[in-house]
Amino acid sequence: MNIVPSPVPWIEVAIAISLVGALCVSGIRDARRTWRTGLAFSFAAFAATLLACVGFYLCRAHELDWQWSFESEWLGRAILGVDELNAPLLPLAGLLHFLTALATGRTQMRRFSMSWPLASEAIRIATLACIGPIALIALLALDTLPGLVELSNRRKPRGVYLVHMTIFVAFLFLGQSFVDPGADYRTQSPWATVPLLIAVLIRCGTVPAHCWLTDWFEHASFGNALLFVTPLTGVYAAVRLVLPIVPDWALQAVGIASLVTAMYAAGMAVVQRESRRFFAYLFLSHAALVLVGLELHTPTSLAGAFGLWISVALSLAGLGLTLRALEARFGRLSLAGFHGLYEHSPALAVCFALTGLASVGFPGTLGFIATELLVDGVVEADPYVGVGVILATAINGIAILRAYFILFTGTRRATTISVNITPRERIAVLTLAALILGGGLIPQPGIASRHRAAVEVLGQRAKEAPAVSSERRRSPITSASPSQNLPRGRR
Amino acid sequence: MFDHAWYIALLGLLTLTSPLLLLCILGLCSLVGRRLSEEATTKVCTWAMLAGLVSSLGVLALMLLHGTRQEPIELGDWVVIPHYHFSVKLVFDRLSVPLVILTFLLSWIISAFASRYMHHEEGYNRFFVLFAVFVLGMVLASLAGTIETLFAGWELVGLSSALLVAFFHDRPAPPRNGLRVWVVYRISDAALLLAAIIMHHLRGEGDFARLLTGMWPDEHATVEGGEVLFVGFLLIVAAAGKSALVPFSGWLPRAMEGPTASSAIFYGALSVHLGAFLLLRISPILETSVWLSGTVVALGLVTAVYAYLAGSVQTDIKSALAFASLAQVGLIVAETGFGLRYVALVHLLGNACLRTLQFLRAPTLLHDYHLLESAIGHRLPRRGRPLRLLGWGRIRGWLYRFALERGYLDAVLDRWVIAPFVRLFQWCDGLERRWTDFLTGSESRESDRIKPHAGAMEELP
Repeated sequence: MNIVPSPVPWIEVAIAISLVGALCVSGIRDARRTWRTGLAFSFAAFAATLLACVGFYLCRAHELDWQWSFESEWLGRAILGVDELNAPLLPLAGLLHFLTALATGRTQMRRFSMSWPLASEAIRIATLACIGPIALIALLALDTLPGLVELSNRRKPRGVYLVHMTIFVAFLFLGQSFVDPGADYRTQSPWATVPLLIAVLIRCGTVPAHCWLTDWFEHASFGNALLFVTPLTGVYAAVRLVLPIVPDWALQAVGIASLVTAMYAAGMAVVQRESRRFFAYLFLSHAALVLVGLELHTPTSLAGAFGLWISVALSLAGLGLTLRALEARFGRLSLAGFHGLYEHSPALAVCFALTGLASVGFPGTLGFIATELLVDGVVEADPYVGVGVILATAINGIAILRAYFILFTGTRRATTISVNITPRERIAVLTLAALILGGGLIPQPGIASRHRAAVEVLGQRAKEAPAVSSERRRSPITSASPSQNLPRGRR
Repeated sequence: MFDHAWYIALLGLLTLTSPLLLLCILGLCSLVGRRLSEEATTKVCTWAMLAGLVSSLGVLALMLLHGTRQEPIELGDWVVIPHYHFSVKLVFDRLSVPLVILTFLLSWIISAFASRYMHHEEGYNRFFVLFAVFVLGMVLASLAGTIETLFAGWELVGLSSALLVAFFHDRPAPPRNGLRVWVVYRISDAALLLAAIIMHHLRGEGDFARLLTGMWPDEHATVEGGEVLFVGFLLIVAAAGKSALVPFSGWLPRAMEGPTASSAIFYGALSVHLGAFLLLRISPILETSVWLSGTVVALGLVTAVYAYLAGSVQTDIKSALAFASLAQVGLIVAETGFGLRYVALVHLLGNACLRTLQFLRAPTLLHDYHLLESAIGHRLPRRGRPLRLLGWGRIRGWLYRFALERGYLDAVLDRWVIAPFVRLFQWCDGLERRWTDFLTGSESRESDRIKPHAGAMEELP
């Protein structure tokens, strides 16, 4: 029995809820009421994305064919859609926004205004659901604006962010203007592929174009900084815009740049003397590891990269929320001396260790199999790259435990106020912990879904139908011709 | 239907699930903020250890009764996609069964000891959660039938070890030493992971049965050539890191910062032997190459000599015991390199039991010495100095210094690895700062103004 009313365009509903929510909360002056209202809208948007995902996996193909879509009705063609790649990414983005809002402490409610985060949520959901290249580029460009507003509102330096994002947007449009829709990855013009490649590398924070991300974490509120990066929209752009059209040599270049970034950022994370910068480098290293998997474009490495994507988003979001909770209590945290916070907030210490270790693929967590798969695929293609990936993961593990020891061990400082985890924060981090551990103990459904997504993406790159139709539960895409190879329900 | 293999499988599963359940109970209670009382924790721990011990003894009894030398238990594919699968397989044989019985037996003793030793300690619950992680890791690594399963157990042991070294975290030294232990373990883990992946590619899966034919200790490797040599060296690096063999021995005395109970089980008994166990498990692979066997023998003997020298000048009982244990581990490794598998196994079991006893006795030993000396009215006779046997004059002085500095292993690591690493990345950090300052047109880093220590909540603006 299908429990999800499939004809409802859940993605559009989620976007509409977020936008309406942003408008509603912008008119409320009281911070507490703003937060409550915004939280309700954020939850509703998350629920809609979840229904879109569940609908994708549960609905039969003919039901999806009947699904109404705003863009098809008014623009004459599909712009948004759900497929194997983005089906889990949509609720993931919704969940991260909801949990970040939920875990916002009273001291942070003024800085985390709710209206811009809700507007950003709408843009991010639309970005992750977008399948058309031009619309995707427009949304990626639009997604940079809330960040700029955030920095302006906080009266922080905007130079680094502005320079990088301007180049990013300019190269996106430049590259897309040269894309030949009839050409495949072998015949596509370098004028199209190289600018797109550069744009994606900037958005993913690849060395040497990574400084905007550390600067962003320095100056933005932690919640907004976290939400801007953790869904890894740069990687999504790489998969949708770059992977189908760039030649093998360009992908190899991406792989080398990403590997260098992964190792460099891991090393930088070890020597950082402040918690936000540590987190920024840790994120950069992980995002680069996901990109390494894309370079090899084999189903195994791609499935590993896609699995790692989900794992990194969840685990680093958990880690970020934990750090944010600590900041709410103790202000910005230096990593130059021991803080002794364990006895104050043991639950936060456990969450920090759990999410941090999950990000490096510790056994029993979501990232374990994903990392194994990624390394397996990488070693198959190039053993030296495999060694690099393993080294980067090992150094990241060292960085995480170093930060853990610095933050949570050392002489305990006296306080008359309880600084333990609040119930809302506990719900947020426990939800993420449950997903991390649940996905780690029962990894088969997630990995199988990521493998199907990998085959689908590679099928689109090769302009051939994926060759594993027999392993899919339903196969409206696999039986379709390349021109029909669009997400279901939007043809 | 219910033949002996079925019963072995049932008991085998119970062997694994008992520490897993223990971890779930203690871990989940901590996560949701509902910690068990000391009494309840002790009870749960005791029952889990006893259940594991009884079921592993049951497996041994059934195997002896039916003359089974090896009983694999396939738990199925954890993950399977085209061109890749991750299977979980346990193997009960003459190598794994003694080690798993030893694990449960010593863990039971240690949990009973720790329940009194850690009584009213602030980190009582944390100790037992980490202890449960350790036992699960040890059981998983001991029974692993595939290298991926072994890797999972290996990592669990490493994490619990590093966190227990840092157990008394009010002082800065234990976390620093815990981090040092973790760094070495990560190198070891990286080597093992790479070896696992290459083995996967050699045979399409990481199952030991595909790489080795026969039953332990009469197994033979089915692969040869350059790749095996590479895998063998990686596994030796992994084992050296875990068992504190030279040149990774520097972390062992640092690990003595942890509670005596964890020192006993980790560095006296089980964890320090895990590397030797790995070498025993892959000994047929080592024997395919004289280079591999020679390296293992040399590594074992050098470690034994090093540990003897360093142990001779230790002034605290835990470090002396740790080095004494390491000297024996070195010999066990050398025996493995010589192909004396049974000798190495028996040596391993004996050393683990003896060191556990000595470690647990250590806290009360000095007290007893004082009582004895008070009773007899003079000091107890002292043992001869071991280094006296090694020569006179400059050589003896040099050896003494060498032993006192623990072979300069930490100094070499600090000077040639850690310091250049930190300097390089700090230099890169400086470059980035200049770049962002240039783009901003002013000082770009707020983080430079943050105080090294967070103030109390009351001090916040």
